[in-house]
Amino acid sequence: MNIRIALTGNPNCGKTTLFNALTGSNQFVGNWPGVTVEKKEGKMKKYDGISVVDLPGIYSLSPYTPEEVVARNFLIGERPDVILNIVDGTSLERNLYLTTQLMEIGIPVVIAINMMDIVRKNGDKIDIETLEKKIGCRVVEISALKGTGIDEAAEAAIAAAQKKKSVPTHSFSGAVEHALAHIEEAAIHDMPADQQRWFAVKIFERDEKALEQLGLSQEIISHIETDIKAAEAELDDDSESIIANERYMYITGITTQCYKKKNLSRQSLSDKIDKIVTNRFLAFPIFVFVMMMVYVLSIGTVGDWTVVFMNEGLFGSFKDLDPGFFGYSLFSNWMSVPELLDKVLLSADGTPVIAEWLYSLIQDGVVGGVGAVLGFVPQIFVLFLLLSILEDIGYMSRVAFIMDRLFRKFGLSGKSFIPMLIASGCGVPGIMASRTIEQERDRRITVMTTGFIPCSAKMPVVGMIAAALFGGSPLIATSAYFLGIGAVVISGIILKKTKLFAGKPAPFVMELPAYHAPLPSNIWRATWERGWSFVKRAGTVIFAASVIIWILNSLSFSGGLHYITGDEKSILNVIGEVIAVIFAPLGFGSWQAAVATILGLVAKEEIVGVFGSLSSMAGVDETNYSFIASVIFGGSKLSAYSFLIFNLLCAPCFAAMGAIRREMNSAKWTVGAIGYMCAFAYAVSLIVYQFGAFFTTLHFTVGTAAAVIVLAFMLFMLLRKNRYSRNKRRKKQMKKSTGEK
Amino acid sequence: MKTLREIKVGSTAKVVKLHGEGPVKRRIMDMGITKGVEIYVRKVAPLGDPLELMVRGYELSLRKADAEMIEVE
Repeated sequence: MNIRIALTGNPNCGKTTLFNALTGSNQFVGNWPGVTVEKKEGKMKKYDGISVVDLPGIYSLSPYTPEEVVARNFLIGERPDVILNIVDGTSLERNLYLTTQLMEIGIPVVIAINMMDIVRKNGDKIDIETLEKKIGCRVVEISALKGTGIDEAAEAAIAAAQKKKSVPTHSFSGAVEHALAHIEEAAIHDMPADQQRWFAVKIFERDEKALEQLGLSQEIISHIETDIKAAEAELDDDSESIIANERYMYITGITTQCYKKKNLSRQSLSDKIDKIVTNRFLAFPIFVFVMMMVYVLSIGTVGDWTVVFMNEGLFGSFKDLDPGFFGYSLFSNWMSVPELLDKVLLSADGTPVIAEWLYSLIQDGVVGGVGAVLGFVPQIFVLFLLLSILEDIGYMSRVAFIMDRLFRKFGLSGKSFIPMLIASGCGVPGIMASRTIEQERDRRITVMTTGFIPCSAKMPVVGMIAAALFGGSPLIATSAYFLGIGAVVISGIILKKTKLFAGKPAPFVMELPAYHAPLPSNIWRATWERGWSFVKRAGTVIFAASVIIWILNSLSFSGGLHYITGDEKSILNVIGEVIAVIFAPLGFGSWQAAVATILGLVAKEEIVGVFGSLSSMAGVDETNYSFIASVIFGGSKLSAYSFLIFNLLCAPCFAAMGAIRREMNSAKWTVGAIGYMCAFAYAVSLIVYQFGAFFTTLHFTVGTAAAVIVLAFMLFMLLRKNRYSRNKRRKKQMKKSTGEK
Repeated sequence: MKTLREIKVGSTAKVVKLHGEGPVKRRIMDMGITKGVEIYVRKVAPLGDPLELMVRGYELSLRKADAEMIEVE
């Protein structure tokens, strides 16, 4: 017996909870529309040879959103044996709308009505028997949360799959059925009978994806077009809307017979909560309070403590921790990872028992590089735990609701706020938090701009530059934040006007799911999956990057490739000299600055480390900033500030780049995002440095001219009209359609 | 022509026709806003946009720009 069950249903209908119950697999569920973007497959726990595929939550099978396309392609292309359609009993009509589309595919359908306990609690009634009779397929009552009815649903699905009998479909109005009959006859009569209905309806809707797949001849298309036009004329609407309208009419016909609502004007608990949470005056104070709590717990107190514990303790030395550090007495005599390795790798007199290069590779390369990233793990877990709770109870959609107006102005969505806030602690969880934005376009712009926010690792760099050249002025740190926020806003506006982000309009038509008490198992799964994926990356991408940087920094070309023991130039050093040319127009053309910028990709605070070791190599005390000021930046404040700007805005650290790669889920978009960040950083640094130089020296140079051109270009991109503006285009359409009337 | 945008918070309106076309219109219809359905305007977000609607027994948030496409009575 080999059966494949496809789970489909609206977002947030309990589909993934059911999937977990059926397969026991580790999977993320959130009280947020659109959590599953890709389909997931698992083997059923109690039955052999039966697999379950969890499709993304969708409202319809239109060709317009990535989730819907994934679900469609699977259902049509791979034809699973049975569709188990999970229906949220608390919003029956909207859920059955998808059901009517699923039933046309020609695959057996079983309906599992979820959340019946809430329906009953509300005093409403669904007559399952009548529904079953009217809609024409098996209907089972379940509670995914409590685990009831799940076996019955699974058995019903298996039985339906074995019978292989597809379900009857409802009929549309006469004019539509007439056109559908013509379409079936003209275009798809040689297709298996049970698949014709779906394609006929799609052709009638002029569904681009389906038409592309069928590859009909021009002759047939124009023949069909006359039938569609006739139906459109008769029903005075476009074909797509006719179908949507009639589906809902059909459903309303059924639900009036089987669904009894107790009291229409009654306020549910969720409504009462919303009265406060999205209240005109209270919404923002509550929001600020919640975000402060998240920030304080994850990035502030708890997070900060864990980062120090991990970075300076576990991957540094517990003995050297500040004695005032919380819990110091408890673990001051613990052994850290580097110390433990030393014990194994060093002989009694302090020389390595293995080759010196290998020792350095392990300690400086791997432990140093991966350790720097692993240090963020506990913080990330705390953060994801809190976010998962907010998500699970349904607060995140309310955040989007209250913030949308503000963020829409610069091409972002109301949901972009959370990634930005988190990124001020660490860009990695910040970028990962953009997951919760279900509009692909908004998600991509958020991922591309989140890295501009100065994270905690950039702060030491800011501090160093401020101390070395600006007498420790606090204005430098303040300006770093303004720079970051400015970069987000400007980039948002520039990006939203580009063709790249104009193709698909992203309507903000979002369900506000009812609040519910957090479910510990869901929250734990969500936290674990997100946190674990970060750890996995630290073990792969970051590990590889650390090793490569170590190799470049420890080997020398001069006189044959060899491991550096003395004062020779490393490969990285040579590369730095070459790259320095690129940075010359920005005012920091020294090789040291170039090398620091490259090593900053491992971790931004590494820049401080590089300058420190360069200082000590030059025989200057690490904390004496005169070397940095005079040798690296030639005593120029402008050069140093330009360097700071570039490093704050350019490509983030490897860990964050890995996060971008994961969230973009495309190599092209990853390269594009990082390329954009670098280009933007370069442009801003160039403008600041060249204009600064012009105003101090009053010499108009080639560089000044270049800066003028770049600035003019940026202003043009920023201020030009949005040719792809959705609203403008729509207003035109509206005029047209009302004018015709 | 009266649109959903003009409906006061706390009142209910019946959809007469949907204007516009393509993905946005389809999405709005997919979410249950079709001819003849009753929409209750529950509230406006604190910054004045989007709207929170009650349609077909659930809560939906919709921007005013999109609400303008929905003709009501």
